[in-house]
Amino acid sequence: MRRWSRPIALVAALALPALAVEAPPNADEPALEQRLLALTADLRCVVCQNESLAESRAPLAKDLRDEVRGLMRQGRTDDEVVNYLKARYGDFVLYRPPFKPVTYLLWLGPALFLGIGGLAWFVAIRRRQRALATSDLPTH
Amino acid sequence: MKRWLPLAAFAVLLGFLFAGLWLDPREVPSPLIGRPAPAFTLPVLERPGLTFSPADARGKAWLLNVWAPWCRTCRREHAFLMELAAAGVAIYGLNWQDQAREARRLLAEIGSPYALTVDDQDGRAGIDWGVTGVPETFLVDADGLVRAKHSGPLNARVYARMFAPLLEGKGP
Amino acid sequence: MIPELGHFALIIALMLAVVQGTLPFMGARSGDAQLMAVARPAAVGQFAFVALAFGALAYSFLTNDFSVKNVARNSFSQLPAVYRLTATWGSHEGSMLLWVLMLAGWTAALTTFARRLPEATAARVLGVLGLVSVGFLGFVLATSNPFERLYPGPPDGADMNPLLQDVGMVLHPPMLYMGYVGFSVTFAFALAGLLGGRLDAAWARWTRPWTTVAWMFLTIGIALGSWWAYRELGWGGWWFWDPTENASLMPWLAGTALIHALAVMERRGQFVSWTLFLAIATFALSLLGTFLIRSGVLSSVHAFANDPARGLYILGLLGLVIGGSLLLYALRFPGGGRVATFGWVSRESLLLGNNALLVAALATVMLGTLYPLFLDALGFGKVSVGPPYFNAVFFPLVAPLLFLAGVGPLTPWQQAGARALAGRLKWPFAAALGVAIALPLAHGGLQPLAVLGVFLGVWILGGVLVGFAAARRRGARLLALPSGFWGMQVAHAGLGVLVIGITLVSSYAAERDVRMNVGDHVDLAGHRFVFRGASGHPGPNYVADRATVEVTAPDGTLLTLHPEKRKYNATGAGMTEAAVHSRLSGDLYVSLGEHLGGRAWSVRVYHKPFVGWLWAGAALMALGGLLAASDRRYRAPRSERLAPAEVGA
Repeated sequence: MRRWSRPIALVAALALPALAVEAPPNADEPALEQRLLALTADLRCVVCQNESLAESRAPLAKDLRDEVRGLMRQGRTDDEVVNYLKARYGDFVLYRPPFKPVTYLLWLGPALFLGIGGLAWFVAIRRRQRALATSDLPTH
Repeated sequence: MKRWLPLAAFAVLLGFLFAGLWLDPREVPSPLIGRPAPAFTLPVLERPGLTFSPADARGKAWLLNVWAPWCRTCRREHAFLMELAAAGVAIYGLNWQDQAREARRLLAEIGSPYALTVDDQDGRAGIDWGVTGVPETFLVDADGLVRAKHSGPLNARVYARMFAPLLEGKGP
Repeated sequence: MIPELGHFALIIALMLAVVQGTLPFMGARSGDAQLMAVARPAAVGQFAFVALAFGALAYSFLTNDFSVKNVARNSFSQLPAVYRLTATWGSHEGSMLLWVLMLAGWTAALTTFARRLPEATAARVLGVLGLVSVGFLGFVLATSNPFERLYPGPPDGADMNPLLQDVGMVLHPPMLYMGYVGFSVTFAFALAGLLGGRLDAAWARWTRPWTTVAWMFLTIGIALGSWWAYRELGWGGWWFWDPTENASLMPWLAGTALIHALAVMERRGQFVSWTLFLAIATFALSLLGTFLIRSGVLSSVHAFANDPARGLYILGLLGLVIGGSLLLYALRFPGGGRVATFGWVSRESLLLGNNALLVAALATVMLGTLYPLFLDALGFGKVSVGPPYFNAVFFPLVAPLLFLAGVGPLTPWQQAGARALAGRLKWPFAAALGVAIALPLAHGGLQPLAVLGVFLGVWILGGVLVGFAAARRRGARLLALPSGFWGMQVAHAGLGVLVIGITLVSSYAAERDVRMNVGDHVDLAGHRFVFRGASGHPGPNYVADRATVEVTAPDGTLLTLHPEKRKYNATGAGMTEAAVHSRLSGDLYVSLGEHLGGRAWSVRVYHKPFVGWLWAGAALMALGGLLAASDRRYRAPRSERLAPAEVGA
């Protein structure tokens, strides 16, 4: 046996690069991990200044990501996961504010601003149309 | 009329910004207020083999104080907690993020205000109670409902403002 | 010694600012030429002394004088010299000193470049700037003195945050502040106009180049911040709707509306009260931004350490400066005046539409940023308003705006024929549609938002080309066209490029998160990434694990990338330094994760299609601004020159 060990070792050393593989994904379940990232990107890290749960490196954020992963493995839906976190940390954990009376102004505001802007534009031009002043020459 | 609109709007904005200076954007209210205390069954630090659940404390209002041996801010409230304990307030400790040996050593060294301390080994209890850091203190009433939460070291002022009125309402 | 000299210089600057902010006003009121003439020398003197103070602080940083508290807190002896210099503005105190330097600088620039202003106007403009300087110099001296000493000085400093040790950080704050502070000039012109009573096309012509240059700097500053975040945060994000970012976006949106409103005011003397309001509002938003970042009122990754005393002072300053100017606005409201007519389809009408949309977008960003504060102050608890909200509401407002950007420059003033206009637009439309289908398909599929985004970007570019074609058809030599025209075209082209970049990188970015051992490979977007291991690599003030990744592109070219994981000597803080390879069609981005034992590492590779178009687009926009501001009519002597002949007039 000993006579073969050196040639075997040599062949093994030459063969090793052939063992270099297509790198396996970091996550055990890439599809689950994608879902996790997508969901936690819209959730707030409650101990950070202003980071999402997906990107934060805080220890509690990591714990919560593990928690979410566990819940997803149990088969919970995205909504159930969000409600789970909401029950413990409140609405603060949502980066997408819920649509409820206290946030009506927030969600309807942009449309309101657009409406006001549009109205102002309309009124301003109509006033110009009706102006009896002599029309201005572009140069003077 | 519309000439005064910008100034008026600005005055309103200024009012809000002024109010904002006195608020802390990081202080988050707990969604547990008014709800039953989340259940757990955790080993007791001081007496191995024994476990404790919030149900065991029913019948008398009590405080849950979340702390950790590495937490320096927790030391600041330690003296006050000792006073409370001496005055008869029931305080149970939750050792956050599992450093049981350190925790035991520390309590032996500086004294314990806790009737007992539980060891949150897997972090589940911390998450269920919505703990975001240490120290945090919860007030649970005699019926097992969470009534108040304070983040940061507990002191006489906060206690008088937030906890004492609730404790008076539902007596020990 | 030097820090004390710096401190003293600031005090002298404050005194000069007081002089600059009072005497010229009195002179303008009474017509006293001597008092008015005080303004320019006072402004120059103030700049000299502030520059001295800034130099003193920079010197302290460069020479590692750790007895200065600011240096001890923010610098480190092993820090490379360039970062020791930029640490000067890496803290609250230092950045406020930078702000004050910029303010003094803009004021001094006015004395050189605005010689043709009537004496009373110049006196008032410089006077307003003097008062603003008093406010800020007072703030620095009272609450944020960068020259405080530490006795005894520590042997070494606490080091600069590793994230700030980057070329982006060198340039981002100065550019940003040039922008924020630059709008104070427009603000000063607005108040001078209200005080002096002259608010007409000539006023607009004086104000416009200053506004455009400030806008240009702000554009560069925001783009640099985004570029820096992209490279430094390790995973290629470039905008997070963080309150600090919003604080810079708001004055930018207002400033964009302002330069377009000034176009109408300069050309036709219309929308005076609106333009004036915008001029005040833009600077107000700069000040608001300063307040939000430094007061602790909002939660942000970018926030400086919070101090209620500072917040109170800035709020007071904000209240005085803006409240005072809005009061003046209300009292001297420039209403009335001739109302010129223009049609529903006309340049004026579309510019007004531009303003309506920009202000709606601005109001939306402000609403989202301040809403948590509003609710909390009213006792309604805490909500978080983050990217999901902003992304949902901002883009529907911006889309029609982008559509207008393709049409507007081609629309004649006063009255345009809708049919003729539509005729001119059919080629841009067809081209946009074609590319909007082809490009997304080439990247992987027809996502509706991607199609829309690319359509709008190419639409704008098409409009720019049609504009040039029309000028050629009229016999103009392109290079002889006024730089105002070129500025508009280049800036809009930049916008189109930016939109295409944002659309493609948002919709088609791809990543792989893998465990790599030596020799392992991963494929992404037609590229093969081979991991060749990592080795220790010391840096000037850190130690790094430096990995080698060989990349083979689809066309066969080979690249070598070196992502690093650094540990900084002073604090032990860790940081990921991603390796980025940029090309026109997209970036390859490799980031080193955790060491997994042995020679294996977790590695993340990204493909970011067309992300470079973001920064290129912003650069083009800035260039356009520069071109527009350098138009000859702003440098012409005396007589009112005609506005340049613009396409479609």
